[in-house]
Amino acid sequence: MRQQQPQTRRISPPEWHALAREPEFVSLQKARRRFVLPATAFFIVYYLALPISVGFAPQVMSRAVVGPLTLAYAFALSQFAMAWILLAAYLWRARSFDLMAARIRHRETHELRT
Amino acid sequence: MRTQETVVMFAIFVGITLVVTWWASGQSMTSRGFYTAHRRIGGLQNGWAIAGDYMSAASFLGITGLIAFYGYDGFMYSVGWLVAYLTVLFLVAEQFRNAGKYTMADLISFRLRGRGVRAIAAVSTLAITLFYMIAQMVGGGALVNLLFPQFGEPFAIAGVGILMLVYVLFGGMLATTWVQIIKAGLLLAAALGLSLMVIAHFGYSLTAFLQASTAVPIGGKPTNLLEPGLLFHGRLGAINLVSLGLALVLGTAGLPHILMRFFTVPSAKAARTSVAWAMVLIGAFYLTTSFIGLGAATIVGREHIGRRLYAGQAIVYIAHHPQQQVQLNAGLARNGYVVPQQDSNLAVPLLASNLGGPSDGPLLTAFVSAVAFATILAVVAGLTITASSAFAHDIWFNLVRNGSGDEAEHVFVARATALGVGLAAILLSIALRGFNVAFLVGLAFAVAASANVPAILLSLWWRRFTRTGAIAGMLCGLISSLALIAVSPVAMGAHAIFPLENPGIVSIPIGFLGAVLGTLGARDRDSEEMFDQLRVRATTGLGAEV
Repeated sequence: MRQQQPQTRRISPPEWHALAREPEFVSLQKARRRFVLPATAFFIVYYLALPISVGFAPQVMSRAVVGPLTLAYAFALSQFAMAWILLAAYLWRARSFDLMAARIRHRETHELRT
Repeated sequence: MRTQETVVMFAIFVGITLVVTWWASGQSMTSRGFYTAHRRIGGLQNGWAIAGDYMSAASFLGITGLIAFYGYDGFMYSVGWLVAYLTVLFLVAEQFRNAGKYTMADLISFRLRGRGVRAIAAVSTLAITLFYMIAQMVGGGALVNLLFPQFGEPFAIAGVGILMLVYVLFGGMLATTWVQIIKAGLLLAAALGLSLMVIAHFGYSLTAFLQASTAVPIGGKPTNLLEPGLLFHGRLGAINLVSLGLALVLGTAGLPHILMRFFTVPSAKAARTSVAWAMVLIGAFYLTTSFIGLGAATIVGREHIGRRLYAGQAIVYIAHHPQQQVQLNAGLARNGYVVPQQDSNLAVPLLASNLGGPSDGPLLTAFVSAVAFATILAVVAGLTITASSAFAHDIWFNLVRNGSGDEAEHVFVARATALGVGLAAILLSIALRGFNVAFLVGLAFAVAASANVPAILLSLWWRRFTRTGAIAGMLCGLISSLALIAVSPVAMGAHAIFPLENPGIVSIPIGFLGAVLGTLGARDRDSEEMFDQLRVRATTGLGAEV
């Protein structure tokens, strides 16, 4: 936990380019993107839908839906659930990202030592 | 207000934090120790510290006040401040830990190597931290002054500033972190406690509580606080809301004092864990703002609170007894707030003392005041260390000394600049105490979203991005958000040239546009050359600072 990887020597610029093209790194990057891009797009749209709907359709959003709770307030509260669900989903997915990153780090530092 | 309880609560908090500072002082002798606490803060601790760094007095006092006054519309802020952390989680936290060193400028200039990029990133960091710090310290001074009016406001501000300097100068990042953790614990305890008491007041019935919120008498007319539109109305209100939302959601990922926290953990995984904990704590806290705000409106009565609540004013009903109303109103009026007409029958009672009853009311009130004080201190300490790192590490070491100089000099300069920044903030806050500075927090978010975020995101994800692009983007974002705020209603009132209080919807696109146009002018092979290295480092943690 204390150290991510022992810095045995500097990795040279050509090595970085080579690393960036290695299949393992490419697939890690693709896997991350497959989660992060749609998730980011989703939360931004879901979040902006709140001020937009409230701002441009205040009558609809003032309707009481759950007891006295208005649609606007319920939508606002649902944003908390949305944020926590996306957080949990990311934490779940990120375990495999960590494994892939650790493999790349291990191999690189191992190769550097030998 | 019974002063003894408040003094005791303040003394306990100050005493504990000074012990922490003394304990931490041995570990801040190197620049790495001073800025990052040797990158040994755990994910859980860092999560609490982020929460402590982030939940400012503006949220505890201002948002609850806005909700008490405008119901749903005030709650909009709470939502934005939590959702913002998804941007941090997905796009910046792990990348900063993996590829950064001490400052935001370190990451932006990782591949955009140039003095110009670093200089502007440092200037933007300093601008944001200074705006934020002045807003907090003026609020802090007003708070201490209200509790202990015998000292006078300049002394109150100086007191807050000196305590903050003691934490930072002697304890560095380690002491600052623990002050933030302690504060976050106190703040959450106070917020959850008050919320529980509000619900208890309604016989533990959520329905009864919500029902009461639908008919809060305002001007003799029952008003539904759960309905939108009390603060933002009409087409312009809608655009203002969207603009505010954008600035909140993007701005957090560009706040230098939050980004700096990711340098204190050992790994990207710990950075992620810390955002996760921060999101749980911050979310829980912002949920309670509804209970506290609506509770104040229903239990204390909205007409008893004041005419217009803004940052610092919710303290009115949380921290004060009616007898202090006269001083309080004078203080608020001087700070540019609209205060209610004097009327002893309508004097402001406090939610805390109302809820606590005659026996434990004073104690509860003292605790809540001490929490508000702790909140301000923890935030300004984090801001001071951030500003000091931008001055000492970016401007002095990288620009003036070109990276030379030994460790002793580095630490000396870091401490000296922390002292300088702290003193400047104290003097500016004393000079500005007669002005309404609440808008400075909004300005900090606007600058962060418009100047920093385009540069950070494009540097991490756009291979072609150039130094010229980064400089152009940061300048455009910085200047446009400053200029638009200067001609907006918050600065010019009714004669505003620009109609929106929140410039984000215009200034964020200007920041991105400047970055893109600046990039398209000419290729920058050196920066493209470094892109692969940045990607591999940011994604895998290879070569990360330890």
